This record gives sequence, C-alpha cells and structure tokens, in this order.
Amino acid sequence: MAIEGDLVQMGAYVGAGLACTGMGGAAVGVGHVVGNYLSGALRNPSAAGGQTATMFIGIAFSEALGIFSFLVALLLMFAV
Amino acid sequence: MTPEREQKMATEEGGGLNIHPMDQFIVKIPSWLGGGNVGTFSITNVTVWMGLAVVAIILLMIVGPHGRATVPTRAQSIAEVIYSFIYKMVEDIAGKEGLKYLPYIFTLFIFIVTSNILGLIPGSFTTTSHIAVTAVMAMSVFIAVTVVGFVKNGARFLNLFWISSAPPALRPVLALIEIISYFVRPVSHSIRLAGNMMAGHAVIKVFAGFAVVTLIAPASVLAITAIYALEMLVVVIQAYVFTILTCVYLNDALHPHH
Repeated sequence: MAIEGDLVQMGAYVGAGLACTGMGGAAVGVGHVVGNYLSGALRNPSAAGGQTATMFIGIAFSEALGIFSFLVALLLMFAV
Repeated sequence: MTPEREQKMATEEGGGLNIHPMDQFIVKIPSWLGGGNVGTFSITNVTVWMGLAVVAIILLMIVGPHGRATVPTRAQSIAEVIYSFIYKMVEDIAGKEGLKYLPYIFTLFIFIVTSNILGLIPGSFTTTSHIAVTAVMAMSVFIAVTVVGFVKNGARFLNLFWISSAPPALRPVLALIEIISYFVRPVSHSIRLAGNMMAGHAVIKVFAGFAVVTLIAPASVLAITAIYALEMLVVVIQAYVFTILTCVYLNDALHPHH
C-alpha cells in the first residue's frame, strides 16, 4: 500500500513538471507578439505609440494559455 | 495537500536551503497581534498589508494633491500623471461611454499597483500573490461587465457570442468557443496577476537560499539584484495588464457587435 501511495505522488509531481513545458509555448507566443510589434514599430515609428496597448492585450491573451499550464501544475501539486 | 505531505515538507529542510521559498506566502496572524490560529475574522498579515496599501493610496491621492496648486508639488504631479494615464487608457479602449466607469477602473489599478510595490519591500507580504485576493477583483469585474452589458444592450449583448460575419455553418461552433472563452476570463484574469506575483517572489527567495553557499554567493547576490529590478518592472506591467483587460471587457459590454 505504501508503494501505491508513493507512485501516485510521483505521478502528480512528474505531471506538474510536464505541465510546466506549456509555459515554453507561452514564451514563444509572447516573444512572437513583441518581436512583430518591434519590427512594425521600427518600420513606422510614428504609428508605434498608438499600438502599445494592443500589444499588451495580445501579450495578455497569449500569456493566458501559459497560465493554464501553471494552473494545472498547481492543481497537481496541491489538489490531487 | 495531505497532512503527511505537509509534515514531510516541514521535516525535510535539513540541507542548504533552510528557508522554504513558499513560506513567505503563508497567511498568519503577526506575532505583535498575538499570533495563534487564523479564524474567519482574524486580522492577519494580509489584512495588515492591505490596510497599509490603502493608507499609502490615501497619502498619495488625497493628502498629496490636497492644496490643488496650479504649479503642482511632487506628490500632486505624481497623482496627476497616474490619473491622466488611466483616463487616457479608458478613453482609448472603452470609448467615451467607458469614462463613466473610470472611478472603478482607477481604484482597481491604484490598489493593485500599490499592493504589488509594497510586496517588494523585503520581509513584507504580497497580498496580490494570493488567488483569493485577485479572484475577488476578477470576479467583480466579470459580474459588473456582464450586468452592464445586459443593462445597456438587453438581449443584443448576446451578439457578442454570435459572430454574424462568419460563414453560417461555422457560427454555432464559434458561439461555443466564444462562450467558453467568456467564462474563462475571470480565471485567466485572476491567475495571471497572482501567478506572476507568486513566481517572481519565489524566484527571489530561491536565489536568496543559494546565497548561503560561499562559492556561489556573489553570483547569487547579483542575480537577486537583477531579478529585483525585473520584478519592479513586472509589478507595474501586471497592474497595467489587469486594468487594460478590464477596459477591454468593458468595451465588449458597451459595444457588443462583432
């Protein structure tokens, strides 16, 4: 019985670690948003100022999916 | 977490790192208030630091610009800069109609940014690192925006989910996706702020744990300094993102045509 309990705990920890790979996807997404914003802003600097808010909204939306992987990790660590 | 696991985590702190990086987020009654167990109405460290945030806001926004001088003092000009920044943001994103809700949005921003910055003081407590705190703010935004949407537009608010520019066959599928993404909003809205605050502070604590090892102590102290600077940036950006998303949701409620 002791072994069974440890296996479940190990599975939860391994799963929490694997869930964190999802954050890499969010990192790629955020980098893509900011990189494209910069490449556009350097071509047309006069239009850049008005689009900063849009960039932050884009960052927030792509970051949300990384947050869900963090949430899964938290659930595995503390709730399962 | 089960009690046995908690027990295990408490006893396993033998080698090297003798402060647990997550210890700073424990809600407890400060020793100068008597200590003891946390009950429903106890004054905990969360209450204390939220109260300090409110005092700081009153000092900055009410006592600072009290004289209403034509040539502003330092405190008054800081208050004016913050106010006009939020005013412009609400006007740009939610339109002229959104300005009616400026007091609420401004309160959210100033409370989050003050709590975040107070949380960066070494030894302090970050109230916004708790999902319970951010979830209340995100849920109230969610409920307020839904109510405003239905009051202002009636049943036409549901157009938000029915995208009339899409091909007819796709519309039910898109409606399902839109509805799911609408109800996921308070979750991502609250966990973004809490997660960023918690992760940033835990990283600083982890590097502080490395500082006891003589060989890597200089690198660790440098890393803490660099991460602290980054955190200063992150706390302001996260407050900004929370506020800007509130404006976006408000804009959806005021102008629901897709």
